Amino acid sequence: MSENLLLGDEALAQGALDAGLSGCYAYPGTPSTEIMEYIQSSPEAAARGVHRNWSSNEKVAMEEALGMSYAGKRAMVCMKHVGLNVAADGFINAAVTGSNGGLLVVAADDPSMHSSQNEQDSRFYAQFALIPCLEPSSQQEAYNMAADAFSWSEQYETPLLLRLTTRLSHSRANICTAPAQAERALREPSNPRRFTLLPAIAKQNYQRLCEKQAVFAELSDKSPYNLYYAGQDCSMGIICTGIASNYVQEAFAGKCPHPILKISQYPLPQEKLARLLAECEKILVVEEGMPFVETQLRGPLGDSRILGRLSGALPRSGELNTRLVQAACGLPLPPLVQPSPLVLNRPPRLCEGCPHISTYEALNQVLRDYPAGRVFGDIGCYTLGALPPFNAISSCVDMGASIAMAKGAADAGLLPAVAVIGDSTFTHSGMTGLLDAVWENSPITIIIVDNYTTAMTGGQASLGYGKIENICLGLGVAQEHLRIFNPLPKLHDANVRVLQEEIAYPGLSVVIARRECLQTIRKK
Amino acid sequence: MKYDIVLAGVGGQGILSIAAIIGQAAVSQGLNVKQSEIHGMSQRGGSVVAHLRLGSAAIKSDQIAPGSADMVLAMEPMEALRSLEFLSPAGVLISNTTPVVNIGEYPPLPEVLSALQAHANSHLLDGDQIAKALGSPRAVNMVLLGAMAAFLALPEEILTAAIRELFARKGEAVIASNLKAFAAGRAAVN
Ligand SMILES: Cc1ncc(C[n+]2csc(CCOP(=O)(O)OP(=O)(O)O)c2C)c(N)n1
Ligand code: SF4
Repeated sequence: MSENLLLGDEALAQGALDAGLSGCYAYPGTPSTEIMEYIQSSPEAAARGVHRNWSSNEKVAMEEALGMSYAGKRAMVCMKHVGLNVAADGFINAAVTGSNGGLLVVAADDPSMHSSQNEQDSRFYAQFALIPCLEPSSQQEAYNMAADAFSWSEQYETPLLLRLTTRLSHSRANICTAPAQAERALREPSNPRRFTLLPAIAKQNYQRLCEKQAVFAELSDKSPYNLYYAGQDCSMGIICTGIASNYVQEAFAGKCPHPILKISQYPLPQEKLARLLAECEKILVVEEGMPFVETQLRGPLGDSRILGRLSGALPRSGELNTRLVQAACGLPLPPLVQPSPLVLNRPPRLCEGCPHISTYEALNQVLRDYPAGRVFGDIGCYTLGALPPFNAISSCVDMGASIAMAKGAADAGLLPAVAVIGDSTFTHSGMTGLLDAVWENSPITIIIVDNYTTAMTGGQASLGYGKIENICLGLGVAQEHLRIFNPLPKLHDANVRVLQEEIAYPGLSVVIARRECLQTIRKK
Repeated sequence: MKYDIVLAGVGGQGILSIAAIIGQAAVSQGLNVKQSEIHGMSQRGGSVVAHLRLGSAAIKSDQIAPGSADMVLAMEPMEALRSLEFLSPAGVLISNTTPVVNIGEYPPLPEVLSALQAHANSHLLDGDQIAKALGSPRAVNMVLLGAMAAFLALPEEILTAAIRELFARKGEAVIASNLKAFAAGRAAVN
């Protein structure tokens, strides 16, 4: 047993390294960030030369990993759940090409939205792409699954999706490790044409992918991760998936009288499922995230034997815990202290002296003259400008949306329209929106808050470092409307003037507010 | 043996160091450990919570269910109150009394403290004051760890060894001041 307590993210990373990983590709995002960070700090990854640099965004990361798989080596690509939306084009089509070297796609979901915009459940993506999905219930399973995923990926020529959730990603436990495998050598794909998705080839590939579905279902039935526990009380059977199975085990203190089907691999294991459905009068489905299994079992008319998040036995949204499972099973509940009215919310705040504060103070002053003006925000530390005392932004939707939404609003006649976007978000997915605005010389003002880092997720490299103004100029922003200021309180008046001039200008302008994040300075 | 601890505080107060020390100490005693920490946006002055579970048998859930923790340890009184729902009626509450006032309308402190005292088994101490008096104002978390030690089924020398290990890279002086803070916290609850 390893002496180290590893996060679920780290256990998976160590599992991948021990399984002969040659490249990890990722864009940071809570709660997935620590997978790549672990590999970056691993001496063995360094000694082996495992690829471990951040990518510009999740789509690029997905395609880089696919390229490594094409070359015959084992690759892993990691992202938070919404990152899979960005990577979706590469992801879905990688299922059609199939993999060569083992290809593992990791998406970390965030039920309860601890640090995300939504609660989307990545298992739907695996189903949509017609590929197997793994959902570990423990750090140990996360470790073990990496090696299995790579070998299944090579055997069946398919990428696999591994779905984590926040609670496992960010919880530590001691784990047992296995002997390390060697990395794979370069190897040609079995059929050299299957990566060229011209319609004629894609049709054949898709046909093969459809035929593999029965194989994947059989793999699920035989999987060491899908377990059937017999029970005498068949008035109810329980299906629990991933970490939700721990809550079920604890709710009954390990002595559950009901049959349990624990699922950690999809598509659904049909034989085991049929057995449970045949044995039990009703079925409680306990799953972390969206009602993925429950929806399939209930069917379009809502089979009343199936209980779970849709039937109201469990809350429709949010993280589960042992108590919620106890309540759903009608078990006695320990008494609870009522929440005290004295307790107030304590939201996160911008660090004292943060450059974003000075930018918002200048912007707010300028916009006082323009009550109709709106500021479209983006995702990063600067999103906290939505909260008091700034109340400075009107939107935060998805990475890169600030620029495109400002342009759309300006197209509609809402002026002035201002976008605020961080340097990392800009190179992630703001550059293409800027190109649209350049093409039409849209009358918007884009403020790039350049703190040299990806601060929100812990200060990872920002790949546009030192290149932001050249990127803007290269995309066609006019030199005289590309302005740079230093967001310091003592330069407030000068910064206000810059913003006044550019917001008054009836064409496209970009203002770079540039000062290093205090936290990255502190860590140096 | 099973012992469930909820650690609460404000981002930057060092609850993850407390969790790491206890976790390491428990592992060295051959216990199973699960330690769940929600991070993300919280490094900037928001509420933070970590769940630490120790057990001689395998531990299933990464989370402690509301109403079932053996201990709530809080670096900050309003955060203690926020996490009280996790505590079992027989559980121990240990809280620092110095508030972190970084929100507009912090509730009246005496009311917060008396709400905490209403719990049968509560131990309130001014960790900030104790750490300051020792000349190590940043070691408040070690004072609180010392206060916890009275209730943990882990030998004190194992905990102090884990403290040495955690601060090993920072030199002897840092280790010594943290150990002093630990001892002062230990002495504060009796
Ligand atoms: C598609 C997607 N990927 C990743 C994230 C996680 N995430 C949120 S903001 C952010 C980057 C912030 O960096 P930057 O734009 O430079 O702003 P800063 O935090 O430095 O102010 C990341 C990676 C996300 N929300 N969505
Ligand atoms: S981490 Fe950096 S960018 Fe984020 S609030 Fe703090 S100083 Fe500002």
